[in-house]
Amino acid sequence: MAEVNLRTPVSQEESQALRVGDIVSFSGEFMFCRDKAHARLLDFAHRQRPIPVRMEGMPIYHAGPVVRGQDRSWRIIAAGPTTSFRMEEYEAHILRYYKPRIIVGKGGMGKTTSEALVDTGGAYAVFPGGAALLAARRIKEVIGVYWIDLGIPDALWHVRVEEFGPCIITMDSTGESLHEKISSESLGRLRGLLSG
Amino acid sequence: MLQEGVLVEKVKKLLRKAETCLPDDAIEALREAYELEGSSLARMQIQALIENSRIACEASLPICQDTGMIGFYVSVGDRAHLPGWFTSCLRRAVSELSDELPMRPNLVSALGRQNLGNVGACAPDVWIEQVPGDDIELAVLPKGGGSENMSSLAMLKPWEGLVGIRRFVLSQIQNCGGQPCPPTIVGIGVGGGADVAARLAKKALLRSLKERNGDPELARFEMTLREEANKLGIGPMGLGGRTTVLGVNVEVCDCHIASLPVAINMHCWASRRAKMMISAQGEFRYLSHEVE
Repeated sequence: MAEVNLRTPVSQEESQALRVGDIVSFSGEFMFCRDKAHARLLDFAHRQRPIPVRMEGMPIYHAGPVVRGQDRSWRIIAAGPTTSFRMEEYEAHILRYYKPRIIVGKGGMGKTTSEALVDTGGAYAVFPGGAALLAARRIKEVIGVYWIDLGIPDALWHVRVEEFGPCIITMDSTGESLHEKISSESLGRLRGLLSG
Repeated sequence: MLQEGVLVEKVKKLLRKAETCLPDDAIEALREAYELEGSSLARMQIQALIENSRIACEASLPICQDTGMIGFYVSVGDRAHLPGWFTSCLRRAVSELSDELPMRPNLVSALGRQNLGNVGACAPDVWIEQVPGDDIELAVLPKGGGSENMSSLAMLKPWEGLVGIRRFVLSQIQNCGGQPCPPTIVGIGVGGGADVAARLAKKALLRSLKERNGDPELARFEMTLREEANKLGIGPMGLGGRTTVLGVNVEVCDCHIASLPVAINMHCWASRRAKMMISAQGEFRYLSHEVE
C-alpha cells in the first residue's frame, strides 16, 4: 500500500504500477464524464470524429457537478462521484480507444472494465461518494466545458485539480478488484446468515 | 392566514436546510460508525463524510452534488385547511432554490433525456394525506439517483412473512454492495399493493434513526436486520467494514389476502430530510432543524 501523488497526463508506466489499496491524489487535468458523454465518446470513436480535448493520460471522473456562473466564468460548487457501474457498457472501449488510463468514480466496475484495465495497464479508483464539497475544494479551475447540449450534469467538464484525493485504487492492471473480493465475501456471509 | 409568498420563502428555507445540514441523528450515526470501524480505509471514508457534512452546513452548500429529486410529504390535519395554491408554491420553491443554492438540474424527460431543471411532470413529487389534527405538517426528502436506483420490489407469498422479508432485504443489500453509498438507511415498505409498498418504503426514510417502529415486534425486526446487514462486511462505500447500514426503518399497511408486497428504498449515508409544521394561523415551526 503506497501513497502517491500523480501528475497528469498519467503515463502507462505510472498507471500500471498502481495496486489495489494504494492511496492516490492527482494534480493536473481531470475530465468529468458520465452516462451521456460516454455514449457520445463511443459514438465519435466509431465514426472516427475528433473530440474537443486530448484524453490520453487524463483521468476520467464519473461525476456531474453543481456549478455556478456561465460561459467563461464557471465555478464548480459540488462534485462528488456518481455510481460507476452505469458506465460499464462503455468503459472498456473508452479505455482502449482514448487511453485515459485512470478512471475515478464510486462503487466499482465489472469484469469487462477489469479486463480492459489489464490490457491497457490502467487503474480504477474511488473517491468517497457524496463528499462533494471536499472534491470541489480540490478543483481549482474550469479549463473548458464541452458538449453542454447534453445538460450541465452530463457535459464534459475539463478541469484543473490539485491533490485530488484521497482516491483509493480498487481495481488494478493485474486484474485484482477489491469490489469483486468484497462482493464474493459478502455473498458468503449472506448465505451463512440465511442458512443459519 | 397562510400567504403564498411567505409559504414559498419558508419552504425554500426548509429545502435549503435539508440539502445542506444533516439532521443530528444522522451525524450522530456517522460518528458512531467511525468509532465502530476498525480499518483505516473504512475510517477514512467516514471521516470524509463527516468533514464534508460539516463544511456543507457551515457554508450552506449542498452536501452532495446529487441534490436529488425532491419529494414533499404533506400531512393535513382534518381540522386544517390546505389552500388550493399549496402545491404550486412547493414547485415555485424548488425552482427558485435551484438557482439560489444552487441545486443541480437533475430532471430529464424520461425517454427523450432532455434536461428540464428540477420542476416538471411529477417533479417535485407531492404526496398529500389527511391525518387527525389542526396543523399541516410538511416534510421534504431530496433523494439521490444512485441510491434510488437500488430500489426493489418483491410480491412475496403471503405465508413467507418476516422470514421472507428478511431474506429479500438482506439479499438486496448484499447485491447492491457499494453502489448506494453505504452506510445506508434502508426503508422497507410492507403491505398495500405494489404502489403502496413502494411509497411506504420511501416514506420510511423520513423517520429519525433514533426512532423505532411503534410495534415492538417490528422494532425488534428493524434492529435485527440492521445487525445482520452489518455482518455482511460491505462497509463504508463498499470497501469493506462493519457499517453497511446506519438504520433500518419498516413501515406497514394492511394488504390483500393473496399478497405480501415488500418494497425497499435505500438512502445514501447523507440522509437529507427536513420537516416543519404550519399552524391554522399561518405560523411556521421547523421541527428537524434550527432555522433562524
